[in-house]
Amino acid sequence: MDNYKVIEHDVIVIGAGGAGLRAAIEASAQGVSTGLVCKSLLGKAHTVMAEGGIAAALANVDSEDGWQTHFCDTMKGGKMLNNYRMAELHAKEAPMRVKELEKWGAVFDRTKDGKILQRAFGGHKYKRLCHVGDRTGLELIRTLQDKGVHQGINVYMECTITKLFKDGDTISGAFGYYRNSGEYVLFKAKAIVLATGGVGKSFSVTSNSWEYTGDGHALAYEAGCDLIDMEFLQFHPTGMVWPPGVKGILVTEGVRGEGGILRNNKNERFMFKYLPESTRHEFAETEAEASQWLEATLNLTKSTARRPPELSTRDNVARAIYTEVKEGRGSPHGGVFLDISYQDSNRIKQKLPSMYHQFKELADVDITAGPMEVGPTAHYIMGGVRVDADTAQSKVKGLFACGEVSGGMHGANRLGGNSLSDLIVFGARAGLHAANYAKELKGKPSINGKEIEAEITDLERPLNAQSGQNPYDLHKELNHIMSTYVGIFREENDLVTGLDKLVELNKKLDNLKVVNNRTYNPGWHMCRDLKNMLICSMAITKSALSRKESRGAHSRLDYTETDKELSKVNSAVFKQDGEMKLEHTPTLSMPEELAKLFN
Amino acid sequence: MAKVTLKVYRGDKEKGEFKTYEVPIEDGMVILDAIHYIQANIDNDIAVRWNCKAAKCGSCSAEVNGKPSLMCKTRLDRFAKDEVITVQPLKTFPLIKDLVTDVSWNYEVNKHITPLTSKDEGEWVIYQEDIERVQEFRKCIECFLCQDVCHVLRDHDKHANFAGPRFLVRTAGLEMHPKDTASRTKYLKEEGGIGYCNITKCCTEVCPEEIHITDNAIIPLKERVVDDFYDPIAKFLKGLFKK
Repeated sequence: MDNYKVIEHDVIVIGAGGAGLRAAIEASAQGVSTGLVCKSLLGKAHTVMAEGGIAAALANVDSEDGWQTHFCDTMKGGKMLNNYRMAELHAKEAPMRVKELEKWGAVFDRTKDGKILQRAFGGHKYKRLCHVGDRTGLELIRTLQDKGVHQGINVYMECTITKLFKDGDTISGAFGYYRNSGEYVLFKAKAIVLATGGVGKSFSVTSNSWEYTGDGHALAYEAGCDLIDMEFLQFHPTGMVWPPGVKGILVTEGVRGEGGILRNNKNERFMFKYLPESTRHEFAETEAEASQWLEATLNLTKSTARRPPELSTRDNVARAIYTEVKEGRGSPHGGVFLDISYQDSNRIKQKLPSMYHQFKELADVDITAGPMEVGPTAHYIMGGVRVDADTAQSKVKGLFACGEVSGGMHGANRLGGNSLSDLIVFGARAGLHAANYAKELKGKPSINGKEIEAEITDLERPLNAQSGQNPYDLHKELNHIMSTYVGIFREENDLVTGLDKLVELNKKLDNLKVVNNRTYNPGWHMCRDLKNMLICSMAITKSALSRKESRGAHSRLDYTETDKELSKVNSAVFKQDGEMKLEHTPTLSMPEELAKLFN
Repeated sequence: MAKVTLKVYRGDKEKGEFKTYEVPIEDGMVILDAIHYIQANIDNDIAVRWNCKAAKCGSCSAEVNGKPSLMCKTRLDRFAKDEVITVQPLKTFPLIKDLVTDVSWNYEVNKHITPLTSKDEGEWVIYQEDIERVQEFRKCIECFLCQDVCHVLRDHDKHANFAGPRFLVRTAGLEMHPKDTASRTKYLKEEGGIGYCNITKCCTEVCPEEIHITDNAIIPLKERVVDDFYDPIAKFLKGLFKK
């Protein structure tokens, strides 16, 4: 059966957000033939939705900052479950990567003395987020897109990868379809970099776009990789709650970084009472102290006042908002109030232009005149493919992963701003090491034609079926299961019920029916997306069941404390004999010179 | 429950027609929500591009009642009650299916623009006031609505001779970058075909990012081209130096 196109490159990068683009640029710069495959048009990946900024210890605003502090903030934010080496490399290399972006054309907001301006964000001790108003992700993706285009990378747009191939234990290629034509395509490659982002579409309220169906997680799992830390799913504290069509759309943490205040329907500034004991000393004690901090921030002056409580880490703020709403102190549409309107309206429009437009146009709310209503939204998965920190290579030879699809960097909870920096630090590393691997590989790993035929048969089942279920109905069911049983707060019974329901749902995957042919047929696309979402959802639920403690973004109502023994292990999900298995594997132990930074 | 009636273009290169759908209305609903409703409940195979659903990615461009618009920010409550809303694909680009067009030409155009060029290898000192304009251009989300509405492309099919407003904005962002040293006026005059633009400002009107495409990007670029190629005094001076 030769009904597919064959394309050959040394390195294939799957996903063209910040991580994938950066990886492709680096691989191509190493002189290997590089192909970049993306599900959407180039420049539309979810990175464009990143708003607040990119964390890098440039120390342009707070001169005390340095990589050591950034490293410690990241580890503490991740509740020490992070792959320490990733956090170390990230903190050390982020400044260099940001400066490189600037040389490639990114135009960041400036300090008075002409340096890259940095703003405050949750969990970061110092003002550390380089930004462009509240559209930093767009700036990053456009910069990398233009750089990549001029570097001669071959881009395959609107192409979905459905399967990876191995020759023995070595990666050999990828298979998929062009969305436009439905034509199948086989990519032969010596090395493959996964940069496919996250899994948010498994949840009903999410900030994520249609692309976020956990494709890379599922492809890696099927290829034999470990998925680690999958129980850690970040709910961003502030998503829009109204109108229904935009429920979940992100409201940047930059609002709080610029001084936004959270209040409940009793006008109480509730975050003061939700600060964990371990970090309480880092935050303002009173509204007056928080105001002093803000005044100094607005005037770019120094102050001894500590940060406002709204700048606690995301896991903590999300839980606080959830609790306020649940206990009846929420806003009319089931969120809480986030207010920045007390500031000068021109400043708000300058610092948060897209938030201004977003609320004005989609919700009829003028954020310069009154508060926004916000609530938690599924945003980011900390868990992902287990990789070697230095090379970004997975357990499968020649298969690399970077960005959200990789696991370890953020531990149990990611700090805002650490995602964009993660993308460019580990994107570059994955691209470099994939290129090196491809150069050193002797011979060409082969692909078994029978596997391709089997994949085509599998893909076409819903098109050929006489009858079956609507894939969109199954998607709704999946959303309901995950949001009901595997949400912000979890407990044993719910998780067990959720897992049972996922198993039932999984059986229905063989009985899907879509109409029409393969030409740009979203119903058909959804069928395969569902398979990926289900693999990820099961991995999340199983991992959540196995972690009988509360840590970071994983909150158990039946185990509310952290457990000392569990602080030493990562959960790891993998495929064995056709079954999803889980084990706890020891975390990497930090060398002395890093460990002493926490004293 | 209140309903809205939409006439949505269904078809491909060969044939197509408008199909009428009735969709229940929710508060604050936008056109894209209605298309998603159709996709999930009526016709699974209706083709539409979208990503962010918040006017940040520029994927869901279409023509709503004839106006180039982002479907994700076109509210149903902006239309009169009982008004039938037509939704059709961008006219300027070849149709693939339903609301999806082939916009790959734009990506080809981009390849021909000289990227940021600077010899300053040190740490850059750039002042905010010097980049306000460039930042305005960089807000562009590449929705290609400006390309769609531009009569040079839409009615005269000058795709081979004219880069279109989007790429004039991109070029302006590079030309006005404080650290850039390259000149793109030759490109603008020849390949980019800036002379075709007769500043009717249609592009500015449809820009969802409210970029002043004509006034802030195209007109200053036209002036640069004039300065470099048509300025009689400069021409005279150049002649002198040649001798």
